[in-house]
Amino acid sequence: MTARPIQFYFRGRVQQVDAVAPTRTVLQYLREDLHQTGSKEGCAEGDCGACTVVIGELTDDGFTLRAVNACIQFLPTLDGKALFTVEDLADGNTLHPVQQAMVDCHGSQCGFCTPGFVMSMWAMYEDRPTCPARDEVADVLSGNLCRCTGYRPILDAAKAAYTAPRIALDRLPVIAALRELAALSALEYHHENTRFFAPRSIDELAALRLAHPQATILAGSTDIGLWVTKQLRTLGDVIYLGAVDELRQVEHADGYLEIGAAVSLSDAFDALIAAEPAWQEIVRRFASLPIRNAGTLGGNVANGSPIGDSMPALIALGSRVVLRRGERVRDMPLEDFYLGYQKNALEAGEFVAALRVPDAVNGRLFRSYKISKRFDQDISAVCAAFAVTLDAANKVVDARIAYGGMAATPKRATACEAALRGQPWNEAGIAAAMAAIPTDFSPLTDMRASREYRLQVAASLLQRFWLETSAQSVPCRLDDLVAAGGAA
Amino acid sequence: MNQRLPSQTQETLTTVGQSHPHESAHLHVTGRATYVDDVAELTGTLHAAVGFSTCPHGHIRAIDLTAVRAAPGVRAVIVAADIPGHNNCGSILHDEPILADDLVQFHGQPIFAVAADSHDAARRAVRLAKIEYDALPAILDIESAIAAESWVMPPADMARGDAAAALGSAPHRLTGQAEVGGQDHFYLEGQISYAQPREDDTIHLWCSTQHPTEMQHMVAHALDMRSHQVSVECRRMGGGFGGKESQSAQWACIAAVLARHTGQPVKLRLDRDDDMVATGKRHPFHYQWEVGFDDVGRLLGLQLQLASDCGFSADLSGPVNDRALCHVDNAYYLDAVAIRSLRCKTHKVSNTAFRGFGGPQGMFAIETIIDDVARYLGRDPLDVRQINFYDPSEGGPLEDGGRNTTHYGMPVEDNIAPALVAELASTCDYIARRADIAAFNANSPVIKRGLALTPVKFGISFNATQYNQAGALVHVYTDGTVLVSHGGTEMGQGLYTKVKQVVAEVFGLPLADIRLTATDTSRVSNTSATAASSGADLNGKAAQAAALAVRERLAAFVAEIAGVAATDVVFADGHVRAPGYDSSFGDLAFSAYKARIQLWSDGYYRTPKIHWDLATRTGRPFFYFAYGAAATEVAIDTLTGELKVLRVDVLHDVGRSLNPAIDIGQVEGGFIQGMGWLTSEELWWQAEGPKSGALATHAPSTYKIPAVADVPPVFNVRLYDGANVEDSIHRSKAVGEPPLMLALSVFFAVRDAVAAAIGPGSRPDLRAPATPEAILRACTKSAARDVLPSPTSGRGAGGEGSSVEAGKHPHPNPLPQAGEGTQGPAS
Repeated sequence: MTARPIQFYFRGRVQQVDAVAPTRTVLQYLREDLHQTGSKEGCAEGDCGACTVVIGELTDDGFTLRAVNACIQFLPTLDGKALFTVEDLADGNTLHPVQQAMVDCHGSQCGFCTPGFVMSMWAMYEDRPTCPARDEVADVLSGNLCRCTGYRPILDAAKAAYTAPRIALDRLPVIAALRELAALSALEYHHENTRFFAPRSIDELAALRLAHPQATILAGSTDIGLWVTKQLRTLGDVIYLGAVDELRQVEHADGYLEIGAAVSLSDAFDALIAAEPAWQEIVRRFASLPIRNAGTLGGNVANGSPIGDSMPALIALGSRVVLRRGERVRDMPLEDFYLGYQKNALEAGEFVAALRVPDAVNGRLFRSYKISKRFDQDISAVCAAFAVTLDAANKVVDARIAYGGMAATPKRATACEAALRGQPWNEAGIAAAMAAIPTDFSPLTDMRASREYRLQVAASLLQRFWLETSAQSVPCRLDDLVAAGGAA
Repeated sequence: MNQRLPSQTQETLTTVGQSHPHESAHLHVTGRATYVDDVAELTGTLHAAVGFSTCPHGHIRAIDLTAVRAAPGVRAVIVAADIPGHNNCGSILHDEPILADDLVQFHGQPIFAVAADSHDAARRAVRLAKIEYDALPAILDIESAIAAESWVMPPADMARGDAAAALGSAPHRLTGQAEVGGQDHFYLEGQISYAQPREDDTIHLWCSTQHPTEMQHMVAHALDMRSHQVSVECRRMGGGFGGKESQSAQWACIAAVLARHTGQPVKLRLDRDDDMVATGKRHPFHYQWEVGFDDVGRLLGLQLQLASDCGFSADLSGPVNDRALCHVDNAYYLDAVAIRSLRCKTHKVSNTAFRGFGGPQGMFAIETIIDDVARYLGRDPLDVRQINFYDPSEGGPLEDGGRNTTHYGMPVEDNIAPALVAELASTCDYIARRADIAAFNANSPVIKRGLALTPVKFGISFNATQYNQAGALVHVYTDGTVLVSHGGTEMGQGLYTKVKQVVAEVFGLPLADIRLTATDTSRVSNTSATAASSGADLNGKAAQAAALAVRERLAAFVAEIAGVAATDVVFADGHVRAPGYDSSFGDLAFSAYKARIQLWSDGYYRTPKIHWDLATRTGRPFFYFAYGAAATEVAIDTLTGELKVLRVDVLHDVGRSLNPAIDIGQVEGGFIQGMGWLTSEELWWQAEGPKSGALATHAPSTYKIPAVADVPPVFNVRLYDGANVEDSIHRSKAVGEPPLMLALSVFFAVRDAVAAAIGPGSRPDLRAPATPEAILRACTKSAARDVLPSPTSGRGAGGEGSSVEAGKHPHPNPLPQAGEGTQGPAS
């Protein structure tokens, strides 16, 4: 690898950048270096969406456009991609249909969040030729906060955009430019005394990692971005996984799904939902669409936060994490990967390469639930996952139960599992398992919930799981309710 | 006086009353709208960052800024001693330093500031400071403040009649307490000021502020300048909500001092976390009350204590608490009432204006009391609300007071609440849905539904009479285009759009011919804050007056040359016509210019009728009331405490709307913001440990304003058909704040659902915000609370199987009488 500038498609041509720090964010670059001030900073942590931009990328089957948060994306991660911002949409003074719809539906008040909403909406408009259902639109907009409108006119605007004559991006010149960029060497970018490596193959990555065991491994930057924007940390050398072809694959092997460490959460969840529809619930509430587009399942797992929302389900399903160091490949049960708060089993020079999620088996019941103050884009007070296998006599053959938010790491509820195993799948059995929760966990009180609430709800979610999966006719979910007397 | 004017007047309006898009909408959607941080930077611009206290209360023992000064890119570092003028940014009392000098009073208080070559360099530098404190005991909650008699201002009382006697003779009495949390404004654009030193000792600031004039004054004081040396400009804010009324001053002053210090332009933009830690919020309140009532729930006597957490300084806490006192009645007649207001000083950030300005907290109290009374009596809360409405038909004529005068002595002349609520109850099918919900709940052990319909009556005008004035300038150019300046600021509420419509209407011009300038203290002086929902009322009238002055001159000119009466001259469709005369507006303007007719004018407006005696807290503080009501249905999960809002129906009074789309936007946006306050938005301070007194919820990752999935799936919003009885601008009504309080219906629907979970007759102990944890706790807690022995009725709750027993507990907390001393009750 030899050093070269960062190159990406922007405003109809290839933009070359050097002389910026590798941790310069896309938003800082746009606003401060280019004075392209349409994209706004509302939080600098990927939670408000005022900075939303759209990234175009070549994929195996063509070209995708996805909304991401510019405030936590580092500029070198744009290499080989296309960047679109709110300034790209209008044709002179003729507004794009999503922009015109926002005007017509009174979708802006103070206007500060508006560019972000427009870009989330534009990515949807480009991706979906017809307007999705309201719930899906809401998912698309789950990463954009508005403090003025109350959102209703924005939801209306998303729909109205589809009623105007369609104006689609001319993708051919973009694709052509990206193909030319793809022919460049892998990016190695130097600035002052730091380096940013974006290897293209897993062997290159493995060698780099061995050579630079102190470097920061970067995937979606949805957490590491905040180390820089909030903690003002200096990362030193960075090794970026996003260009490694092998790590971007989802493959079905014998008995399990293998998800590469650089697969976005969006793509990983698509595959997981296809295999096990019960994933849908936790996925809809997992961060926001722009975060799922940027973040990776491998990153969520490797980061090992006690409140990461994928791990309880992955652990309950018996997933294994694949680790590579040089030529050595090993795997282990995911729960064994976590040794303590922000401590894991990775050795120096080793990295997370993939996750292996076992296929569904007959008789296995599975759910994952999340409790937080807000439905969209919130961090769990408690996240729970239950995988219980019953025999023909309705006895529990196997139970794997894992929680987030209850301990220093994502953790199995072993006492609770033991209480269930071999017992009839009935109310008494559930009550005994619920009573075991305080044996398994001693959670903390913090701003998300008190210790007492966490203990109570951890048990309640087990009760909900039982109510939902035991042919009870008791309504126990808010999701599908409609107002009394029918909607008016 | 309970009149409803026709929705159309004789005059035919063409522009006013139409749903024109926001005047900047095309700029918002393209990213071309310029906010302060988007202003092209001047050569030599430096970027500022602020160093904050990490101690909630203490003396600064040592401060070492050596490393800060040596950090890369740092050009200047200032502390309190570097402020050339007055080190104060307290808006009413001078109790709030720009930079703390010796004493720090909250975790997050500014102590020093840095100007550096970049935003990033400045932020990195401030973290290198070494500051040591001699810690003092910190008061971090309302109970501790009451116990210590720690106030930012003395306790205040508002009373009418003999509340104690009324309680003594009431058939039923209840005591209770409640609490409601604060709220961060979470404007999407954080605080920002950009100061440019100009020639001859002057300075200009671009500032995201609702109050340019106060910024001008504060900066002048800080720099030891006079007002004519400072100009402040604001084209638009990315949201304000009250958070940029007084709270923008500190950052304007710091930027100005640094600019003065360096001689270079300085921009200070707060990072989101710093903004949330260091700027004031909505006041949390605690309530204690004793209420007496009759068998149907009519309130006979009330003693109520409102205790608010003001934080470390007075800021706007006096007026906020006074507005709370003035809204304890909401839409209800309170006959004999004694209210005590405690303005608690805590070692936290100083709380401030927030949409509603104490009104929501006042209403929260009475709605809780009425809800409790209804549950105690086993009556539908809506029935009890309705029988307590102001009612001019009972109790004698208005001049005798009757059931139609507020507890601060203002007659309720425009009492549309009963009609409005009846209309909403009908259109939302309240009675039938109440029955459906009861049937559902009877068969649903886990999920419980709740329903509530609550009214809003909100007083319009600043309580402090002098703020109810405004000025405007209207310039007609010789090509017939028009430039309007006024003293109001645009924060997204649509003020500029409404003013534009008002002026276009005067001249009969298309909106494209009217342009509004940025609000600037050098164009219109001595402005009031754009606050108290008053923006369009005040500035619309002022701009209209200015435009009418020009139009009258033009009409007189046309009358003269066409030989007609001035009253026959019509301005419409971009033309000016009279019998035998027709000219485009532009041609007329040019002709008038050549004839030396003055084509510009100022305009001035002051609100009539209002007066307020702060000593007695009586008078007519409000020009009129704005009304509304909302019916909300929710469902809760009694396993987890999770909440879902299923349906909301709103009927809201904006008089004759200036712009229905903008008004509905205010109603919906206000509702959702109020819902956030009462449900998901929880401010959480570290109570102990090394970070004691620090705000833990200082970013959107931890502080949860409503997001798109929180929009009710059924959300019916209508404007009430009727005009303002007062002569407001085109008979419209103010709309900025009142809709926020419609969201009380969400909270009381949750309370209704919790009551369904814990049994009939129960009075849920639900704190606000109703987070999942708060709801689960209320569902789990014992429902029994204190009920007082009653002189005329020994019976307990009206509901079957109530867990409430009359006479079981003695009154735990005698409440203060009106005029009593300042002691707080034991808790």
